[in-house]
Amino acid sequence: MYKYFKLITSASLALCLLTFASVAGTKDDVVKRGSVNCGVSQGVPGFSNADAKGNWTGIDVDVCRAVAAAVLGDAKKVKFFPLSAKDRFEVLKSGQIDVLARNTTWTLQRDGGLGLEFAGVNYYDGQGFIVRKAAKINSAKKLNNAKVCVETGTTTELNLRDYFNANKMKYEPVAFTKADEAVRAYDSGRCDAYTTDRSGLAAQRTKMKDPKEHLVLPEIISKEPLGPVVRGNDENWLNIVRWSLNAMIESEELALTSANVDAQKSSTNPAVKRMLGIEGDTGKHLGLNNNWSYNIIKQVGNYGQSYNRNVGPSTPVGLARGYNRLWSKGGILYAPPVR
Amino acid sequence: MTGFKRHLVRNLQLRNLLPQLLLIFLFIGLIYYFTYNAGVNMKARNISSGFDFLKTNSGFDIQFSLIPYSGSSSYATAYLVGLLNTLLVAFFGIILSTIVGFVVGISRLSDNWLLNKFAKVYVEVFRNLPLILQIFFWYFAVLRALPEVDKSLVFFQSVFVNIQGIYVPKFIFTNFHFIFYGIVFSILSIFFLNYFSKKIFYEKGVIVPVFKISLIILIIFPIIFALLGKTTYIVEYPTLKQNFGIFNYIGGTILVPEFVALTLALSMYTAAFIAENVRAGILAISKGQKEASKSLGFNNSQSLKLIIIPQALRVIIPPTTNQYLNLTKNSSLAAAIGYPDLTGVFAGTSLSQTGKAIEIIFMVMVTYLSISISISILLNWYNKKIAFVEK
Amino acid sequence: MNKVILWSKQNLFSSWYNILISAFILLLVFYSIPKFVDWALIKATFSGETKQDCKAGGACWVFIKVWFEKFLYGFYPESDIWRVNIAFTLLVLTIATAFLIRESYKIFVVLFLIFIFPIISFYLLSGGRFGLSYVETREWGGFSLSLILTFFGIILSFPLGVLLALGRRSELFIIKYFSIAFIEFWRGIPLITVLFAAAVTFPLLLPANLASDKLLRVAIGIAIFESAYIAEVVRGGLQSLPKGQYEAAKSLGMGYWKMNLLIILPQAIKTVLPGITNTFIALFKDTPLIILVGILELLGMVNLAKANSYWLGMAVEGYVFTAIVFWVFSYLLSLYTQHLEKKYSTDRITK
Repeated sequence: MYKYFKLITSASLALCLLTFASVAGTKDDVVKRGSVNCGVSQGVPGFSNADAKGNWTGIDVDVCRAVAAAVLGDAKKVKFFPLSAKDRFEVLKSGQIDVLARNTTWTLQRDGGLGLEFAGVNYYDGQGFIVRKAAKINSAKKLNNAKVCVETGTTTELNLRDYFNANKMKYEPVAFTKADEAVRAYDSGRCDAYTTDRSGLAAQRTKMKDPKEHLVLPEIISKEPLGPVVRGNDENWLNIVRWSLNAMIESEELALTSANVDAQKSSTNPAVKRMLGIEGDTGKHLGLNNNWSYNIIKQVGNYGQSYNRNVGPSTPVGLARGYNRLWSKGGILYAPPVR
Repeated sequence: MTGFKRHLVRNLQLRNLLPQLLLIFLFIGLIYYFTYNAGVNMKARNISSGFDFLKTNSGFDIQFSLIPYSGSSSYATAYLVGLLNTLLVAFFGIILSTIVGFVVGISRLSDNWLLNKFAKVYVEVFRNLPLILQIFFWYFAVLRALPEVDKSLVFFQSVFVNIQGIYVPKFIFTNFHFIFYGIVFSILSIFFLNYFSKKIFYEKGVIVPVFKISLIILIIFPIIFALLGKTTYIVEYPTLKQNFGIFNYIGGTILVPEFVALTLALSMYTAAFIAENVRAGILAISKGQKEASKSLGFNNSQSLKLIIIPQALRVIIPPTTNQYLNLTKNSSLAAAIGYPDLTGVFAGTSLSQTGKAIEIIFMVMVTYLSISISISILLNWYNKKIAFVEK
Repeated sequence: MNKVILWSKQNLFSSWYNILISAFILLLVFYSIPKFVDWALIKATFSGETKQDCKAGGACWVFIKVWFEKFLYGFYPESDIWRVNIAFTLLVLTIATAFLIRESYKIFVVLFLIFIFPIISFYLLSGGRFGLSYVETREWGGFSLSLILTFFGIILSFPLGVLLALGRRSELFIIKYFSIAFIEFWRGIPLITVLFAAAVTFPLLLPANLASDKLLRVAIGIAIFESAYIAEVVRGGLQSLPKGQYEAAKSLGMGYWKMNLLIILPQAIKTVLPGITNTFIALFKDTPLIILVGILELLGMVNLAKANSYWLGMAVEGYVFTAIVFWVFSYLLSLYTQHLEKKYSTDRITK
């Protein structure tokens, strides 16, 4: 009897000991795996969207590609996980993805309360409304008693309530777990208005039956700094993601593009030299090769290139740079120096 | 007692003790393993645990609620809203599926060839398609094809059907509680009536027309009570309001399309199974029973009421209650079309706003479990009762 | 002709309300069926490459044609789709063999299906060995995923369910009540909460390196969920066996496992085989629920495709296609169940 007891206790002890397997850093995991696992949306044109062949494009996608270029030297080594707004944080926290680049708003509660860290802002946005032109309104203040389609589990949902309460208007929220369903519902007439970040409105409008029949109202009812998110327990990884994004922004300041980056290797500008890994030891501080930022610029391009390629005025999404111009050009995009 | 002792002695033998001990250790080990991991993972990710979040403001609005709720209500209230919405769908689903199920089940035995085949096609189509597909079909294909608000379909000048929902007149009562007392009173009197009619039947052999009297009681007492209590009502009709180019019906009661689609899909799907139960139940009564009742001099309605239906119900009710249980559990598919039920509001929205994955899923599971267990306790009680009558 | 009139008089128009009902149904049939045929066949478009090719006003089956591969295989790499095909061909061939060979050899086919086939198909689908490239499970999808999940669910839930059924009827106090609690717990909660828990909660309860594959967690969740239902069906079979069977086996000196494996279970399972197949049909029909946790099988792929900006407004075509596929599969299985029911009910009588 005693023998069995001993056997069982030692077996269960061994089981428990198994769990003590130490938590390795995210970077090591990524290097070992050979790919960055990147959480993206289920299809927001311009931000993260897949074509029928499964190729992902968008400015959020480019952040993940930049991280892959920095860590693995190859921007293609990214695996994309399309997530609903509802699931995104759980999936990140559970370790299934390394970076969440899914037009996610930086808020205090998410930063402090969910055990997450925002690595920066890759798009300054604000929430707005889109209505049918047939509704004949030109201001969100006239949306009293309207039915509003919204994606559940988002800050959008919370801002919506704040806005209508503040303006003493009534409304009826119709919440969906997928942005896509919310858009379809609005497009079919289930709701009078659809609300999300204004960039999202522009992106989703391209998916509507007749994009010309809709009007984005002028009100911006919230601040929505969108950026990549990582888990809060890995400072090194946080820095890698943060500075990959900063490198994209600063390289635009330095006018480094994927086209001219090789030619600029002979530049005498010390900032350019640091950016290309010729001078300084920026890589060492991040635990990366010194050509990490060169890889980003060469393979992904600078922020401006990414912007114009994915959401710029010449794309179907057609968003003007607005706030997202560089600070030196009248915008608020400002990256701390890479040095 | 001796049986129990023998049981105990046998249980204490090592051969029997060992697998049981092993199971206990394995179970405790597993629980420990999970809690340990949860502790490590939550610490590593800096997540707090506990149920404190229930008291905090939810901050989001819910489209459809039976109790007063707004974003400044707590998460506990949001939970309650979800639970009530689940029960609401289950309630209407059960009623509708019972009606459709019985009609289709009886039609399956009809001597009208067309009706018979029609019922068969119904059953085979609805029970062989995934429920979620049926929900999508009703919601995206049927209800989305309804006209826009300003072009609503109008019935009787008071019911308005459009893509944003079905608007029906609302009855607003004053002194409604008197009607409620009347209903309670009539139910009590029906109980007494039942009791005494049985007594009279066994003692004097006289059949009291219980059903007809009950019906009359059920109608008359609430009316009397309403008159005594001076109950009045007004009808509030939905009216079309225009706000620039946005049209809206204000007033009345609105059935949102998400609710309609979910209720329709759930009851149509469940009705197919209930129909099969009904058919099997009626078929299970042998011809002999019917003939015997005839030869005893029962007329058709008497034999139906006293011989066939009681026996058929004994076969029909247990599996049908199971279907009610399934319907209630299946109502959690609401999450797929945005109806704010328990799963949608709590395991969906609240979970993503708070990030309390363990606590919330635990609460939701326990809630469904309690609903299921209470329904099965009721079912077992009923089964025992009808089994006792048999003796 | 007279026969027809007589037949319809007896079967359609025997009384005034039968006349009413028949007229109503006939009206419904003559109104809706031509409309549907018109939409689905006559005015439908079958050839083309884009939505713009559908001009006839009817159904746009081009949508199904273009997306067909995605509907079947999800995002499985195009160059490796032959691996999925081989796995399923093997499965179909094995099952076909089971029907053709003699009763006494069938057990080998079953053993192959339970123990060897899953290993072969796993390496075939997942790869990473024998020169096959590694395909992550999140690239699996489409209708093949429904079938994979169903098969996996059957293989895992059946033995677990049988064990639970035996446990529930065990004389050992703890094992009995543990089985009861386990079964009633899983039967008392909706599958969706299980899926949510598998997708969201479970990663928190396991070490990070163990919890990486969402599909696996979901598949295990579904299998455990179904095992509780199997257990109840099997219990019904166990209860229906006369006590004499147990006593006879015991008097032959058989132990618990020998008795159950050789005498009790084969009989019990045979009597409830229809119930078991019904449970598996339910399992198959439940697979589309996984779209709620972001795994896309056939219905999920249809939802994805109908939201593609080049293919808007194709919801009905997609759902009709999905409905036909699921309906055919479950209807055939339910016919097979009815066949089993008849076969075994006559079996008992002739014996």
